[in-house]
Amino acid sequence: MSNIRKTVYRYDYRRSPDQETGAIVRRPVVVVGAGPVGLAAAIDLALRDVPVVLLDDADRIGEGSRGICWSKRTLEILDRLGVGDGLVAHGVTWKLGKVFCGDELLFSFDLLPEGGHKMPAFINLQQFYLEKALVDRALQLKNLELRWKNKVVALDRLNDGVRLSIETPDGPYRLDADWLIAADGARSTIRGLLGLDFAGVTFEDKFLIADVRMAADFPTERRFWFAPAFHSGQSALMHRQPDDIWRIDLQLGPDADPATEQEAQRVRVRLDKVLAPHAYELEWVSIYTFNCRRLDRFLHDRVIFVGDAAHQVSPFGARGANSGIQDAENLAWKLAAVLKGEGGAGLIESYDVERIQAADENISHSTRSTDFMSPHSSAERRLRDAVLALAPKAEFARRMVNSGRLSLPAVYNSPLSTPDATPFAGAAKLGAPLPDAPLTRGDGSATHLLESLSGGFEIICIKDRQGENGERPRAPDQVALTIIGEDYFDPNGILAQRLDATPGATYLVRPDQHLCARWRTFDSAAVARAHQRALRR
Amino acid sequence: MPKLITASQFADPDAAYVALVEARRNLSDAEAAELDARLVLILANHVGDLDVLREAIALAKQSR
Repeated sequence: MSNIRKTVYRYDYRRSPDQETGAIVRRPVVVVGAGPVGLAAAIDLALRDVPVVLLDDADRIGEGSRGICWSKRTLEILDRLGVGDGLVAHGVTWKLGKVFCGDELLFSFDLLPEGGHKMPAFINLQQFYLEKALVDRALQLKNLELRWKNKVVALDRLNDGVRLSIETPDGPYRLDADWLIAADGARSTIRGLLGLDFAGVTFEDKFLIADVRMAADFPTERRFWFAPAFHSGQSALMHRQPDDIWRIDLQLGPDADPATEQEAQRVRVRLDKVLAPHAYELEWVSIYTFNCRRLDRFLHDRVIFVGDAAHQVSPFGARGANSGIQDAENLAWKLAAVLKGEGGAGLIESYDVERIQAADENISHSTRSTDFMSPHSSAERRLRDAVLALAPKAEFARRMVNSGRLSLPAVYNSPLSTPDATPFAGAAKLGAPLPDAPLTRGDGSATHLLESLSGGFEIICIKDRQGENGERPRAPDQVALTIIGEDYFDPNGILAQRLDATPGATYLVRPDQHLCARWRTFDSAAVARAHQRALRR
Repeated sequence: MPKLITASQFADPDAAYVALVEARRNLSDAEAAELDARLVLILANHVGDLDVLREAIALAKQSR
């Protein structure tokens, strides 16, 4: 039936020279799991000149999870990895959400009301398309080796690395790695091999999730209903995808029987009520429950957990795959810096600190949304229903209606940041990704701040109108320097507004585009200290 | 001229809602109703304005 997942793209297993008998080969980084998170980590490392081996136990994509919503920050990361434009062109761009109670519109929201950003608030795109784009990108990179049908079955910890036992169609082999990145998903094999506890809250409510193919002109918005007439007493969510595919998510309550609920006829009865009078084909159906949980630590000596292997949330809010890709970008530059001897020992530890903050924020938002959507008792349901009843009449109640708060990047309270010595206003926050802004080049052509960044540490200086006899400030070694007003121009003052940039203001940006220090004037000693601090040297 | 404020006053409305949810977690219906009655009295006294209280009662009654 329709819950049989179709294979979309298949790849050939190839025997690696590492499998020949003899000495065990040692690699600087091995990534396990070629989903969006493992692929993003491997590509980012390869682009930073770190040789990577990426292992996956399957040889195809399209059979795993079915994420569809990719957030602005994720798209900015994917753009840096070289696949952003293609994905945005392929996906369905959206930024509006509507929340209904019964058949009444309670409120709508705009996730990106301002212009001047290269990337949209969100695109919807089937996960297998995103994975395909990342695999294509990975295959272009000489120092990235993708090994399909390589299943890790054992892991031994070495003093300064790990030893993996891997099964392949040609039999087993062993491989050593200085660092292992576990990107092998919610049912992580690596987590199991290390015997790590993955505890948290499991929600009892069951949800029916379906993709249907349908020609419909519903608006390109996230639409969410509490207790609509077409699905009595429960919530419903609808999202548009490319190829005339629509995602429908229906709350079924705690007592629903998963086997019965997946029967095509029963699913059709439910969907007919939602979609009538449109004709549709069922593409895929699943019943799920969800968990909010994380590992106590993401860093276990030389094994580093990213994505669902490290943390899990409910799907309301697009915080799963998006936060995983943000894990990957946080880790990649740090690991590259440590392997090249540029980063201090504490730099990898800062991955644990920063991404646990992000995971806790995601889990908190996800738990709050779920508490609102699935009250635990009749007393909690009465409170929730009171909020919904007051919502049409009172703004304070509308602000409490929670159908999922959509993913925004975390603001790290980080040991890598140098605290502000003078106050800054504007959208830019210390420990957060720089806000994007439109810029022009010297020849007048248009670009954006984030796509203009080098990918390493970078100083952005605002040209001082007094000038200093044309002398450029001197950046520390391995730090790029961009002067706004000389290398790039801010024709509409949007960058100045978003960064609260006064003449002479200086910003130190990490390789992951996060702001880690800023000053009102350029001071080479202060910049050098902040750079050292951000590398934990 | 209404005196009741219905605009949101919490910086983080989700956190306020969660506080109210968590107050009743694992309570029976009767226990939760008793909690709510006490909460109403406490908050009404904190407001300390009979006009506002009457407006709040009216709003609560006209919402389904």
